[in-house]
Order: sequence, then structure tokens, then C-alpha cells
Amino acid sequence: MKRIITITVLNRPGVLNRITGLFTKRLYNIESITVGHTETEGVSRITFTVEVEDHKQVEQLTKQLNKQIHVLKVTDMTNQNVVARELALIKVNSPAASRLEIYGIIEPFRASVIDVGKESLVIQATGEPGKVEALIDLLKPYGIKEVARTGTTAFTRSSKRNTPEKATFIV
Amino acid sequence: MKLQVEMDEAQLERPVRMTGGSMLIEALKREKVEVLFGYPGGAVLPLYDKLYGSGLFHILTRHEQGAIHAAEGYARISGKPGVVIATSGPGATNLVTGLADAMIDSLPLVVFTGQVASTVIGSDAFQEADVLGITMPITKHSVQVRHVDELPIAIKEAFHIAATGRPGPVLIDIPKDIAVSEGEFKYNQELELPGYQPVTEPNHLQIRKLVEAVSRAKKPVILAGAGVLHAKASEDLKNYAEQQDIPVVHTLLGLGGFPADHRLFLGMAGMHGTYTANMALYECDLLINFGARFDDRLTGNLDDFAKYATVAHVDIDPAEVGKNVPVHIPVVGDAKRVLKELIHQHGKKAEASEWLAKQDQSKKEFPLWYEESKDVIKPQKLLEMVYTHTEGNAIVTTDVGQHQMWAAQFYPFKTADSWVTSGGLGTMGFGLPSAIGAQLADRSRKVVAVLGDGGFQMTLQELSVIYELQLPIKIIILNNESLGMVRQWQEIFYEERYSHSKFVSQPNFNKLAEAYGIKGLTITNMAEAEAELKDALHSEEPMLINVLVEKEENVYPMIAPGKGIQQMTGVKP
Repeated sequence: MKRIITITVLNRPGVLNRITGLFTKRLYNIESITVGHTETEGVSRITFTVEVEDHKQVEQLTKQLNKQIHVLKVTDMTNQNVVARELALIKVNSPAASRLEIYGIIEPFRASVIDVGKESLVIQATGEPGKVEALIDLLKPYGIKEVARTGTTAFTRSSKRNTPEKATFIV
Repeated sequence: MKLQVEMDEAQLERPVRMTGGSMLIEALKREKVEVLFGYPGGAVLPLYDKLYGSGLFHILTRHEQGAIHAAEGYARISGKPGVVIATSGPGATNLVTGLADAMIDSLPLVVFTGQVASTVIGSDAFQEADVLGITMPITKHSVQVRHVDELPIAIKEAFHIAATGRPGPVLIDIPKDIAVSEGEFKYNQELELPGYQPVTEPNHLQIRKLVEAVSRAKKPVILAGAGVLHAKASEDLKNYAEQQDIPVVHTLLGLGGFPADHRLFLGMAGMHGTYTANMALYECDLLINFGARFDDRLTGNLDDFAKYATVAHVDIDPAEVGKNVPVHIPVVGDAKRVLKELIHQHGKKAEASEWLAKQDQSKKEFPLWYEESKDVIKPQKLLEMVYTHTEGNAIVTTDVGQHQMWAAQFYPFKTADSWVTSGGLGTMGFGLPSAIGAQLADRSRKVVAVLGDGGFQMTLQELSVIYELQLPIKIIILNNESLGMVRQWQEIFYEERYSHSKFVSQPNFNKLAEAYGIKGLTITNMAEAEAELKDALHSEEPMLINVLVEKEENVYPMIAPGKGIQQMTGVKP
């Protein structure tokens, strides 16, 4: 099962290495990882999505992460009400004839074209990972040349309505 | 001779300028480090230069592995962090085994490695290795110092982290230029470690739950691990077990935490534990684990382990609770505090008289056994003799294998801090160097290193250190001319196909000892064994005692891999 876990860490050399090493050591598969500064100086925030077998593994994973000296807080957000976003850049084949069609496809996704070439377009999409996935699927028939995705970054919603056991990856 | 770096407390209230090397020396003095184990080399020369004439007691081992195992032995017996220094590259990589060993057995170490100068890090310079990257998974914490001003606080943090919470090894990597550049030394500052706040006080409600569970139990058992020793809680454990009349079993690493001659003691549990202890774990209705991590060598097949029990797990490391065995009553905290609280809050005692009577009966019916011989020396018999002639007061260190299991079985440990062994990692070559550290931690006690002929040959160069310091360690080699435990497994599980487990040639151990300046003695037969061993153990000098034991003796009883804890073989002759 897929989990979204966020960690706040002290921004010290080797911290990310230590954390990803822990995943490797205990055979957890990282699907995506995003890292960036937080509002507090010297503190970074890491968002992982991981594939684990069961709740026991999640518990063990969060406990092991918590043990790291420079880790301040570990949150498994999966069952909370979260805002999860991902950014993707998609370079897609687009001869003049299909260009309008493509514009038509990306419009409902509120994606935008950020670069136009003779034979291709670069589309920027942001949103829940499932939405990005769906857009990529729709663009596939035109011939996707390259995709760059950031991986999920997530926040709990301000309203504290919990939705237990609900899979968050539904678009 | 250089002048000693001496600072009084007042001077250290305000920052003083000095080099990284001097900072290290000053910090070690502040931490009241009694002894360092190490090996110099290019990248740590600036540190060693400051060590010269510093008054700090440094022991030059003959291999970095020797240094770190010695530090482990020291840590285990003294309860204080063992301190190690090694150079960059090969010096540091030679520490890897010891770091992994200390990590899994929760021994506090502070390890300093030299690193090539900051200017060439990453250029594959001479004797450069990514020590932080290599050791990250096998240290509790590690740091590379990037600026000389960070060094004092890094050292202070290292000692704090190594010794508190669940103890473990901490590594500080010091680039050569940091050791020679000058910065401000300030050591009185408060530590700021917001991410490191070990929980020592147990949760009141969980304690309450445990007290209630005890009062309901009919078949309670205590499993005591090394956590009891780390928390210095053996007296409290005894008080609690006696107050509640609960029988106690030990893990391999926990031996000595509860007196082996106590009426409530059921022996060691696990693969080569006693039948009584293992059956108690199988049949119990309440299992209270103090500081053991439910290692697979202890539990056997998890499906059968504590099958009918409510499981309570007391551990200072929350990640251990529920890791291997589902736990009904988790108690995160220091074993000593938990035990004190349990003694204080105690409720109705368990109604366990039938259960206790059953244990007494089982102990009588299924004792550990071996077949005696009048000619050939049985290793078990020899260990019983070691016990007799040291009056059970020795510190025993071991390598890993059959001799280790026999020592655990036939040398009944009466007190905490008597037993130094490599449990989790199972490191051959651990016994000799760890004996050096143990002896330095406690000069007043007799240290007996019980080794196999295989493990001894992995770190035997440390005989030099024993001679140099004239440490009166008795090195007993239970010599069966083979890798005994490997041989045993090949016999039982690989159809007696003895693939590379027998030594074709062996050194003359007496001459080897003499070459190092140590008295050598070989005991060959049962008739003389007792008298010779007695004399050797009573002598005040270091001695190597090579005992030719029964070659094909196996360790029994045994839980075969994959079997449940109740499925022991070789329980009776």
C-alpha cells in the first residue's frame, strides 16, 4: 500500500543520505521524494511516497525515521485529509495539425504550455498525482518525448476532518 | 617533550583559541576519558601530535579492529563510552566490523576517524574513503566536521548521544586541515538536540496495564535482555521478580543481569537455551520483556513464540517495540525506572504457584547435559572448571561459536558486568581484544577470554598489547582444530559434508604465545586438565591456555532453524 510520509529535519550534511539509506537497509521502496526548505531557517521538509506491505511496516518505518538524531518530526499523512501536489513537465509531439487538439485536452486540467517548438510542446501540469497521471495518459497517443515529475509534496488541510483509511491517491 | 594542554574550569567558561587537535584532547579530558584505543596514520597525525605528552592513556592496538573491539569490551564493563581513534581510508574501514557489532549490541562508543584534507575530499585522494557514507547504516549517529568551531560541540554531542537512550556508536570524521586550523574552544554550552529526546520515564497508564496483567496471570515469565544491564537495573529486576514471584529467563546478551543460581532463574532462552526457559516462553500466559529485542536466534519461528501470551515489552527504543513480535502492552522507558515503578505500584501477585512448581520440576528433569569422559577433555567440563577456580567471579569474554554457547551454558553468571560477548552480529575475533578493554575497565577482576581456535586466529596480534601492558588475562582456546559451529551445522544440516570447516594446519600455540612474550600452556588430557587449569587461572601473569578438546562435540540442546521454540532437539542424552 502506498503511504505519504513527511519528515521535518534539521538541515545538516548527510541527513537525506541517512534517511534514504534507512529505506534501503530495511527494504522500503521509495516511489518519490521531494525536499525543500521550510518557513524555519535550518529546517527542511521531506515528503516521501513509499510502497509498503502493511501497517506494521509503516509503524516500523516511522519509528526508525524518528530515531534519526536530526529528524524533528515524522507524520504519516496518508489517512489524513491532505492536499497533495505534484509538478510535471511533459514534452509531447505536436505537429501543427494536432496542436489545437492538444490544447483542448490540457485545458480542463488547467495545465499550460510553457514552450512551443516546431514539432513539440512542453506542457506544465500541477495537481494531485492522479491528475497528472491522467493527463499523461491522454497525451500518450500523440507521442510523449520526455516527462519530468517532481514527486508528491503534501500538506494536511487546515480543516481537521479526518477521513480514516481513505486512499488519498484518488483524483 | 611538549607541554601538556591544561585548562581549568574558569578558563573554559570563555572561549579559548586553539587548534582542532588540541580541542580533541581538551574535550576528551572534559569527558574524563580514561583510555583511548587507536592506531595512527597520515590523516590523524595532527591529532596524535597533540596526544603526545597530553597525559591521556592511549593504547596502540595492532589492528583497528582490535582497537574497536577493545573499546567495546571497555564500554560493556565500565558502562562508559569506549573511545577509538583511527586514520582515514583503511584505518576507518577496518573499524566497520566493530561499529556494526557495537550498533547491534547497543554498546556506547565514540569513534574518531581522520579524513583527508577538506581541499581534496572527493578527489579520491590517498587514503580517502567515504567513511560517513560507509558507516551511516551501522552507527547511531555520525558527523563530518566541516569547520573547526564545530568540533567541540560535535564531540560533546557524540558522548551524549552514545551513552544515553539506547546506547550505540557515534562517529566523528575529522578532515586533516580541521585538526590543524585554529578556532574557538567552548565546552560549557548546552546541547541543542531537538530531534533527540529519549523517553526514559514510562507511561503511567501502560505501567498500570502491566500491573493488572500480572495480577491476572497464571503463567507469567520475565525475559531479561541486555537492556537491564545498560540501565544498571539488575538489582531492581531481582527485587521485582522476587516481589511478584515471576520466573526469569535471559537472552544471551543479558546473562548476569539476574543471578544464575537464583531459585527463579530458568536459564538462557533461544537456539541453545535451556529446555525449561524455552518451554516457559512457549507456554506462558504473560511475557514481560525487559530490554531484549526479540532476536530471531532467541524466538525461533515467530509463529510459536509466546503463542498463548499477553506480551509486554519494556524498551528504551520505541522502534524495538512491535518490531518482531506483536506487543499488547508497550512500555517505552528506561528499564530501571520501569522496574522501580512496577515495584512501587505492585498489585495483587500472580497466582502462579503451580507454574513455579512446574518450572522447578522441569529444571530438575531437563538440566543442561553432556557426556563425561575420563580421557578426552569435554569443553563443557572445562568451562565448569573455569567457573570453580574463578569462583564464578571472573569477567568472561568470548568469540562466536560453540565455545561461546558452552560458556553461556556452563559458566553460570552471578552478577551483571561479567559477560562480554558478540551477540547480534556474531563477530569472530571479538573475544581477545574485548578482553583487553574489559581488563582495563576493571583491573581488580580476573578476565578470562574463552576463544575458539578459529576466532583467536582472526585477531591474535593483540597478544602484543596484552604483553605490553602485562594484563593478567587468561586466554583459553577451546581447540577442536575446526570451525566448530560451522562443522556442527554441516554435520546436522548438510549431510556431514565438511566443506572448509577443518583447519589443515595450525600454529604451535605455545610457541606463538612465547613469540609474543606470553606464557603458553597446552592441556591435552583430562587427567591433568584440572590441576593445570587451576594453576594457570591462579597465576598473576597473562597466559595462553590451549586446550585440546573433544573435536566432534556438539552444542545441545538446539532449536533448528525454522523450528518453533518448543521444538528443541537434544534435550536429554
